[in-house]
Amino acid sequence: MGLELYLDLLSQPCRAVYIFAKKIGVPFELRPVELLKGQHLQGFLPAGSPQVVPILKDGDFILHQSVAILIYLSCKYQAADHWYPADLQARARVHEYLGWHADFIRGTFGVSLWTQVLAPHIGAPVPEEKVTRNRAAVDSALQQLEEQVLGDKAFLAGPQLTLADLLALEELMQVVAMGRDVFAGRPRLAAWRGRVEAVLGADLCREAHGPILNVLAQAASKQLPQPPAEFRHWMLLRLSRIP
Amino acid sequence: MGLELFLDLLSQPCRAVYIFAKKNSIPFELRIVELLKGQHLSEDFALVNPVQKVPALKDGDFTLTESVAILLYLTRKFKVPDHWYPQELQARARVDEYLSWQHTNLRRHCLRVLWHKIMFPVVLGEPVSPEVLEITLAELDLTLQILEDNFLQDKAFLVGPHISLADLVAITELMHPVSAGCPIFDSRPKLAAWSQRVEAELGPPLFQEAHEVILKAGDFPPADPSLKQKLLPRVMAMIG
Repeated sequence: MGLELYLDLLSQPCRAVYIFAKKIGVPFELRPVELLKGQHLQGFLPAGSPQVVPILKDGDFILHQSVAILIYLSCKYQAADHWYPADLQARARVHEYLGWHADFIRGTFGVSLWTQVLAPHIGAPVPEEKVTRNRAAVDSALQQLEEQVLGDKAFLAGPQLTLADLLALEELMQVVAMGRDVFAGRPRLAAWRGRVEAVLGADLCREAHGPILNVLAQAASKQLPQPPAEFRHWMLLRLSRIP
Repeated sequence: MGLELFLDLLSQPCRAVYIFAKKNSIPFELRIVELLKGQHLSEDFALVNPVQKVPALKDGDFTLTESVAILLYLTRKFKVPDHWYPQELQARARVDEYLSWQHTNLRRHCLRVLWHKIMFPVVLGEPVSPEVLEITLAELDLTLQILEDNFLQDKAFLVGPHISLADLVAITELMHPVSAGCPIFDSRPKLAAWSQRVEAELGPPLFQEAHEVILKAGDFPPADPSLKQKLLPRVMAMIG
């Protein structure tokens, strides 16, 4: 059995891993895991792995955390240097971005899928103040991203596309998929997005973004799967953690 | 001017950077930036680091923030012993995995416990309800369980038989709730044994020195009101 990637393209970090693996030509078996059906709680993941996606399985080696997976793939499959540069300072800039991303982007940009789609889907109430607070956090992060993080650079960690840009793009697409054009009125970010997608390729982006971009329509036409009981409980817990 | 490290040992990531640099005999100038005096918000510091955060590293013209980035930079530049961040692909992936997980998990909950138990009520004079504190402590408890069950398991250190950046980052995080008076090791003998091994590897004098400031958290005086105004918004953004 070769390399396996356990992914749900509704998840931002899963999309980053999928796009990267495809782009650099990693030979892998895709193991789809449908989060909405609670499949990550039902034995669809390898034995011994935590109940999260993305998961990489390479023989007996099981790895979680998208950053770790991306770096592993980058090194094992000798991705072009720009993805994760060997240069000391250039690589440091990638990790510097990832630190900021963990504080301001991760978690925050995933909230609106929960408040707009998943909570209503299971009939769970969402306090309006959580929605307002999240919107403010997203706005603030976007402003920082455009003005301070990206600034005048072509890409987030320097003059070339890196893993940082991929992870960031997928988080921003999560909010876009919920009907909010985060690039409107943010010309630098819009231009950055164009550059990122030009490198990745329109077809690959279309393929990877398809499912998440379809979620609102699926919810509206009542085509989302009903989560099983044990997953409802997990979803309610997840909702309660939204600040 | 050689390497400069801008640190406040009040902060967990600053402690990890400090201990790492000292342990590996990396030559640096220590620049203390006192967060509780708002020194990170000064114009002077903004010139060094526009993001106004600690830890920050300055190596000639190169300024770097974010503790994991700094630790990895120091690791590579000063060619520290391999066990800190192994060359071997899978061993290194395990460290990357921990460093990624911890930022939004252990770090987050350790920070919130210190702030909800001590910093908000005592230093900033902002009361925290017992319900909120209870939830914060419960979240920490769940995260500690994941740390033991998913990461440490039956190994000597978090990613294998040797100490790595993962252990260093973890122990400095855990000293936050310890300093807030939480007996996190009392019911967790495995974790307690691990923490003792880590402290032994780092060296007790260095470990004590790095934690001198935070261990006095229970005795911190209230901040003056004007400073509180300046600090509060940034703290709220950080705590989430």
